[in-house]
Amino acid sequence: MQSAATTTTDLPATATNHARRPKLFGWLLIAPMVLWLALFVVAPLIILLVYSFCQRDDLGRIVYEFTWENYARIFDFEDPIYLRILWRSVLYAGITTAFCIAIGYPVAWFIARQRETTRNRLLMLVMVPFWTSFLIRTYAWITILSQNGLLNGLLEAAKIIPQPLEMMYTPFAVVIGLLYAYLPFMILPIYGSAEKVDNSLVDAAHDLGAGPFRAFSDVIIPLTWPGISAGILLVFVPAIGMFAVTDLMGGGRQPMIGNVIQNQFLKARNWPFGAALGIIFTLLFVIAYVFVQYRAAKRSQNE
Amino acid sequence: MIQINGVTKRFGNFTAVNDVTLEVRTGEFLTLLGPSGCGKTTLLRMLSGFEHPTEGSIFIDSEDVTDLAPYRRNVNQVFQSYALFPHMTVRDNIGFGLRMQKVDDAEARTRISDVVKLVALEGFEERYPHQLSGGQRQRVALARAIVPRPTVLLLDEPLSALDAKLRVQMQFELKRLQKHLGITFVFVTHDQEEALTMSDRIAVFNKGRLEQLGTADEIYHHPKTAFVADFIGEANLLDAEMISRNGVTGRVRVEGGLELTIGLSQWPAEITRAIVTVRPEKVFISKHPIDAENVFEAHITEEVFQGAIDRLGIQCVSGTTQLTALVANESSLQEAFHQGDRIWCGLHADDLVVVRREE
Repeated sequence: MQSAATTTTDLPATATNHARRPKLFGWLLIAPMVLWLALFVVAPLIILLVYSFCQRDDLGRIVYEFTWENYARIFDFEDPIYLRILWRSVLYAGITTAFCIAIGYPVAWFIARQRETTRNRLLMLVMVPFWTSFLIRTYAWITILSQNGLLNGLLEAAKIIPQPLEMMYTPFAVVIGLLYAYLPFMILPIYGSAEKVDNSLVDAAHDLGAGPFRAFSDVIIPLTWPGISAGILLVFVPAIGMFAVTDLMGGGRQPMIGNVIQNQFLKARNWPFGAALGIIFTLLFVIAYVFVQYRAAKRSQNE
Repeated sequence: MIQINGVTKRFGNFTAVNDVTLEVRTGEFLTLLGPSGCGKTTLLRMLSGFEHPTEGSIFIDSEDVTDLAPYRRNVNQVFQSYALFPHMTVRDNIGFGLRMQKVDDAEARTRISDVVKLVALEGFEERYPHQLSGGQRQRVALARAIVPRPTVLLLDEPLSALDAKLRVQMQFELKRLQKHLGITFVFVTHDQEEALTMSDRIAVFNKGRLEQLGTADEIYHHPKTAFVADFIGEANLLDAEMISRNGVTGRVRVEGGLELTIGLSQWPAEITRAIVTVRPEKVFISKHPIDAENVFEAHITEEVFQGAIDRLGIQCVSGTTQLTALVANESSLQEAFHQGDRIWCGLHADDLVVVRREE
C-alpha cells in the first residue's frame, strides 16, 4: 500500500494505480470509524470476555483467576433461574417483534403507496415520538395504564368494567412498552423496501390470477423481505436487552436479561457474572444476525 | 369478443376516456393508437380490471366483466415495463399464472416448456430477470401472459423499451405468435408504424375519444378526421372553401389561393368549409407538365435528403399555398430536383381526401 501511494506521486498513474488509489483513500475515510469501533466496541468486548472467566473478592473487586463458575451458574440446570430469565427475555422480545411486524407492516405499506408529499408527512408522524425523551414517553404509558390511570378511568366511566383492571406491572404492560418503543424501528426499514416495490408487479400478480392473499404472500412479502429482516434485527435484539421498560412498566416483577445484567454490575457488584451474562447475550445477537444474514445471502445469491 | 359500451373514465375533473363504444372481434389483432394521454392505456387498464369505468360497461365473450376483479378475468397483460418478478427465475415467472390456477405440476411443466420453446428461451429457464437482455425479458413477459391461455391478451406498449432493430423484429414475431395462438390481441401504442405493421384493425384515439376505427388501409387512405390524417403517416392539411359544384366534381379554394378540383362524393353537402388532405407521396412533381386533374406551377423552397427519398417543400407560383412532397431517390435516370427549381406539380382528385374541420 505504502509503495503504491508513493509511486503515484512521482510517476504517471498506471492502470493499476488508478484502481488502487481510491482503495487507500477509502480506508482513510473509514479510519475514524474503525478506530472508534476498535476502542469502544471490540476492546470492551474483549475485556468483557476476560472478566467473564474471572472471580471476584468480597468487596466486588476482580480477581484474575480462571474459572468456569460464572457460566456454570447461568447453565445450572438444577436451578435454571437465569436460563428462565433468558428464555423470558427472548419470548417477550419475540412477541414484541411479532406485534411490531403485524402492526408495522400494514402501516409501512400504506405509507409507501401514498403520493410523495403525503408519504413524507406520514413518515414525520412515525418519527414524532423521537422528539421527546424515551423515559418521558414511558412514564406517559404509566399514567395511561396505572390503577387509576387514563384507560381505567375511561373504561369505568363507560361502564365497561366494574373495577379498575390491573395492567401496570404485568407482562402485558411490558410488551406494550416494548412495542411502543420499537415500532418505528420496524416501520422505517419495511417502508424502505415497500417504497421500492413497483406497483406494476402487484398488478402483474393480480393479472395472472393471484387474489389479494397470494399476491401478498408470493410477491409483496418476498420483495419486502430485506426490510422485514432489518426490522427484525432492529427490534428483536435490542428488545431482549431492554431494562428501562421492564423496570418501569414491569416493576421488576418480570426481570429480563437486561435487568439482571444491570443489577450484577451496579447492585450486586458481581462484574464477572454480569460479564458472563453479557457474553451470552452478545452470542444471542450474533446468532440472530447470522440467521437473518444467511437467509439474505441465500436470497441475493439467487438473484 | 369484447364489447365496450359507452365507457367513460373520469379522474376528478379530467376525462381520460370519453364515451367509447368499440367491439373487438375474436382472434383479431386490434391496436389502440394515439398520442400519450389520449386514454388508450386507461381503456386497456379497464379491460384488465385495474381501473373501473365511471360509466358504461364491458363484456368479454358475452360476460359482463365491468365489476370483475383483475384476478377473476381470463385476460392477461404484457406490461410496458414487463413487470417480471425479480425474485423468481424465468421458469417461476412463466409458471406464476399456472400456480394461481392450481394447474397440476406435470401439466404445468409441459405447458411451460412448450411456451419457452415458442418464444425461443430454451436454456434460460433458471435465470433471473436481471440476468436477461431487454429482448429476452420481453419474451418472458409475453410467455408469462400467454401460458394461462387467456381469451384476450392485452399489450401495453410492450416494444417501446427495445432498440429500433429489435423492435421491428419483435413486431413480426408478435404478429406470427398471434396468428399461431389465435388469441385476441389488444395492443396499445403511440407508434403509428407499429400499428400499421401489425394490426388487423386500428382504433385511433385522441383526447379520450375514439376518432376512427378501421383497417390500416382505411385509416391511412381514408382518414375521417384531420387528426387521424395528420397522426397516421404524414399529410398536407389545407383549409378549403367550396366555390362551385359541377355534377360529380367541385371546385375549392384552399389556403394560399390555390384552386383545386375534387370529387364531390366526399364533400359533406351541407357545409362550405372543410379541410383537404393529401399525402406527401401523392404530390407528383416534374420538370414537364403532368397529366392530372389539378396541375400548377411551383417553386422548390426546401430540399431534405432522407436516404431513399427526398423531402421537398414547394410553393405555388401563383399565391402562397405550400405543400410537402416526397419523391423517390432511387435512380440517376430520374429527374433530379433542387432548391429553387421551377417545376410542375400535379394532384389527382382521387388523392384529395376531405375531412371536417374540428370545431
